[in-house]
Amino acid sequence: MSASATRQEGWSKAPAIVDYGEGELLEVSMGPHHPSTHGVFRMDVTLQGEQITKLKPVFGYLHRNHEKLGEGQSYLASMPYTDRLDYICSLTNNWAYALAVEKLVGQEVPERAEYLRVIVGELTRVQNHALSVGFLIQDMGASGTPLMYAFKEREKILDLFESLTGSRMMCNYMRFGGCRVDATPAWLDEVRRVVAGLPKFADEFERLLCTNEILMARTQGVGVLPAELAMSAGVTGPMLRASGVNYDIRKVDHYGIYDRFDFKVPLGSHGDVYDRFMIRLLELRESIKILEQALRDIPDGPVMDPKAKIRNFRPKPGEAYGRIEAPKGELGFYLISDGSGNPYRYRVRPPSFVNLTVLEDMCLGHNVADVVLILGSVDIVLGEVDR
Amino acid sequence: MKTVEEIKAAIEAAVPGAGVEIVQNPGPAAQHSLLLQPEHAVDVAKFLRDDAELALTFLSNVTGVDWPDKEITEKVKVTKMVTKTVDGVEQQVEETVEEPRKRVEPGYLEVVYHLYSMTKKHGPVVLRMRTKNRTDAVELPSMTPVWRSAEFQEREIFDLFGVVFTGHPDLRRILMWEGFKDHPMRRDYVEPDDYDYEPTAHDAVLAKATAHQARIAEQKGAGQ
Amino acid sequence: MAVDEQLKIEMGRQGVFVTTLEELYNWGRRSSIWPMNFGLACCAIEMIATTMARYDLARFGAEVFRPSPRQADMMIISGTVTKKMAPQVVRLYNQMAEPRYVIAMGACAISGGPFKQGYNVLKGIDRYIPVDVHIPGCPPRPEALLEAFIALQKKIDAQPLTGEARPRHLDAEAPGEFPVPEPGEHDLEPAANTSVWTVPVVIR
Ligand code: SF4
Repeated sequence: MSASATRQEGWSKAPAIVDYGEGELLEVSMGPHHPSTHGVFRMDVTLQGEQITKLKPVFGYLHRNHEKLGEGQSYLASMPYTDRLDYICSLTNNWAYALAVEKLVGQEVPERAEYLRVIVGELTRVQNHALSVGFLIQDMGASGTPLMYAFKEREKILDLFESLTGSRMMCNYMRFGGCRVDATPAWLDEVRRVVAGLPKFADEFERLLCTNEILMARTQGVGVLPAELAMSAGVTGPMLRASGVNYDIRKVDHYGIYDRFDFKVPLGSHGDVYDRFMIRLLELRESIKILEQALRDIPDGPVMDPKAKIRNFRPKPGEAYGRIEAPKGELGFYLISDGSGNPYRYRVRPPSFVNLTVLEDMCLGHNVADVVLILGSVDIVLGEVDR
Repeated sequence: MKTVEEIKAAIEAAVPGAGVEIVQNPGPAAQHSLLLQPEHAVDVAKFLRDDAELALTFLSNVTGVDWPDKEITEKVKVTKMVTKTVDGVEQQVEETVEEPRKRVEPGYLEVVYHLYSMTKKHGPVVLRMRTKNRTDAVELPSMTPVWRSAEFQEREIFDLFGVVFTGHPDLRRILMWEGFKDHPMRRDYVEPDDYDYEPTAHDAVLAKATAHQARIAEQKGAGQ
Repeated sequence: MAVDEQLKIEMGRQGVFVTTLEELYNWGRRSSIWPMNFGLACCAIEMIATTMARYDLARFGAEVFRPSPRQADMMIISGTVTKKMAPQVVRLYNQMAEPRYVIAMGACAISGGPFKQGYNVLKGIDRYIPVDVHIPGCPPRPEALLEAFIALQKKIDAQPLTGEARPRHLDAEAPGEFPVPEPGEHDLEPAANTSVWTVPVVIR
C-alpha cells in the first residue's frame, strides 16, 4: 500500500494563520511534565485563540552530561552509556559508536559480526517504528489498543535481545571489531520464527490504522515539512524521506554490508504527519525484507576480529566521524583522540535533537491539539535530545 | 568527490583572500579538515552550499572543542657569562648551557562542522574555526543563516563551551537553565561538590572523594 | 485491636465477615493506588511496558495512570532526575494529595546511577522528598516494578492508624509541603533538603 493510495483529497492544504483581529495572546507552557511530550520536554507555546503563533522548545530536562562523562573514561566504558542515549534503540547506538571507533583506528569487522549487527539493528528498527507509531496514535487519543499491539511485538523482540545480550533494553552488545557474544543456532531459529510472524503483525497494524477515517482526518495536511526546509535544517531519517528526499545512509554510505541486501527506500510526497507515519510502516516492511535476507545468508566464523585490541586500547592521535542510519535518523559519533586511553572529545550527533529544529515551522498556524501529533510524528527520545 | 586540496583551491578561487588552511588528520580515517578564517567563513560556507559541483546542502554535525592553554616545557640553548676559576684566576667565561624554559601556548575554542551533500550524496567535508582565545575574544560567525541545522547545535556550544556566535538569531542557553554561570564542557570546569563516593578504580575520582570527605569532616567539625 | 486470625477464619466459615477498621481502611488504600503519568528517562519505557498486556499492572489495581498530580496517589520516579528537572519533581510531589507514596525506580532515581558523576544530575531524589520504595536496576525489569508495588502494598497494610508510627497524612504535625529548590548560578540551592536527607556516614 503506498503512502498516497489512501489519501483523501482536500486534506493536504496547510492552514494559514487567520487574524481574528483584536485579541489576547495566550502563553502556554506545555511540559516538562506533560503526558504527550514523550518524556521531559517543554514547549513554550503562544496561542491566538486555538492557533499557534509561536512555539519555542525548551530542552535540558534530561541533560545527563553524556559527552562530559565520555571524556573522562576509556573508549570501551562509553559503550554502555550509548545504550542510554536513545533508550528504545540501544543496539543501533552501539553500532554507531563502534563504527566511529573502528574508523578512528582502522579496524575491520568479521563477516559474521556484520551480519549479526544487521540482524539486531533491523530488529531494533522494527520495534522502534512499531512503538513510535503506537505512541503517535496514543497521542491522538486512541489510548491503549494500538500501543498494546506495538508492545506485544516489542516484547517478542526484547526477548530475543535478552537471550542474546543478557538485557532487555540496555544491550551493550557491540565491541570495536565485532560483537560481544556469538549467536547460537537456536537463537537464529528463534529470530527466524519471530521474523516470520512480523509481516502478519504489519498487516494487522496497517489494517487497524491506515484507513481509519479519524486518523486520516487528523493527520493529513497537518505539520507539512517542505523538502528544502528539511534539507537545510538537517532533518534526517523517516522524517526527511516523508518529505520526499531520497537520503538513506544505508544506501549512501554502504556502511557495514548493506549493499548486499535488496531493499527499497520508501519516500513520501506530502511531508505531513500522515506521510511520516506511513513511511515508518513501510520501512518496517523493508526491514523485515532485510532481516529475511540476512538470516538466510549469515555465514559461520568468528564474531570478533582476533587482532582487535581490547586491553590498553589507545588510538593514535587523529579524529573520525562515523554515522549510521539509526531508526530516528542520522546518528553520528565524532571522536578526537590525543593518543591516550580516553577520547579527547566525544561528541554525539543526535538525530532527534536536530530534527526538532523544524518543530516550530511545522506547528505554526495549527491548532494546539495538533502540536501533540506533530511532536509525536518527529519521534523523539529525550535521552538523545538532551544527552 | 573532490579532495580537500581541490576544495581549498575552489574556495580560494571563489572567495578571494579566504585564507583557508588544511588541517591534516593523521589517523586512519583521514578526514582532513579546512580551517577557515572567521572573517570569510560565511562567504565560504555560502559558496560550499551553492556551488553546483559540491552542493554541500546538509550540515550534519556541529561540535565544540576546548583546547586549554598548554604549558610546554622545552630545552633552550642559552649563552651565559659565568664566573669560573681558570688557572687560579677568576674569569668571566662564556658558556652554552641547556635550560628548561616554560612557554604557554595560548588555548582556543574550536568549532567543527561536518558537511554532506544530500543531492550528490558525498561527504564529509570538515570545516573548523577557532576563536582567538578562551576568555574574551570568543566570537565566531554563526552558520545558522546558511544552514538551519546549526541553530540548536550552536546554541548548545554557546551554552556548554561559551563560544558566542555572531549573527545567530536566538542565542540563549539551551541545556542548562537561564542564570547558570559556567560552561561545563570546558576542560577547567569545576563541578559542584555534591558527590558521595564509593571506592572506584579511577584515581581522579578517588582524589575527588578524599577532598569531599575532608570537606564534610570539616563542616561537621565546624558545626559542633 | 487485632482480631484473632483463627477466630476470623472460623467466623468466615459461618458466613460472618469480621475485620477491623484499620484493616479495611488499609485494604482500600492499597488496592487502588493510582500512579501519576510521569516518566523521566529510560526507566519510563520499562514502566510503560509494565502497564502493557504482558506484565499487566492492572492486576494490582494500579493501572489508572493519572496525568494530573491532584488525582494521583503515587509517583514513580522513573529515571534520571536532573538538576534542571528536580524543582519540577518536588513541585509535582507537593501538588499531590495525601496519602501519597514515592517509588524510586532505577539506579538513577536512587543515586544518580551511571550518570552520577554528571554535573547536571541529581544524586538521588531522596535528597528532596521522602521515598517509600527503592528498586535497583538499570533499568529494573517490569517484574521488579511489580515487586515494588507489592512491597508498597505490604507497607500500607502494616500501617497503624494511631500512635507514633501512623502515616503522615494522619499526623497533623507532619510536613505537607517540601521546599522547592531554586536553580542557582552553579548548582541547585539548597543542594539537599536536610530535613529528609542527611549526608550518609561512610563507615570504613
Ligand atoms: S537507571 Fe538506568 S535505565 Fe533507569 S533511567 Fe537511569 S540510566 Fe536509564
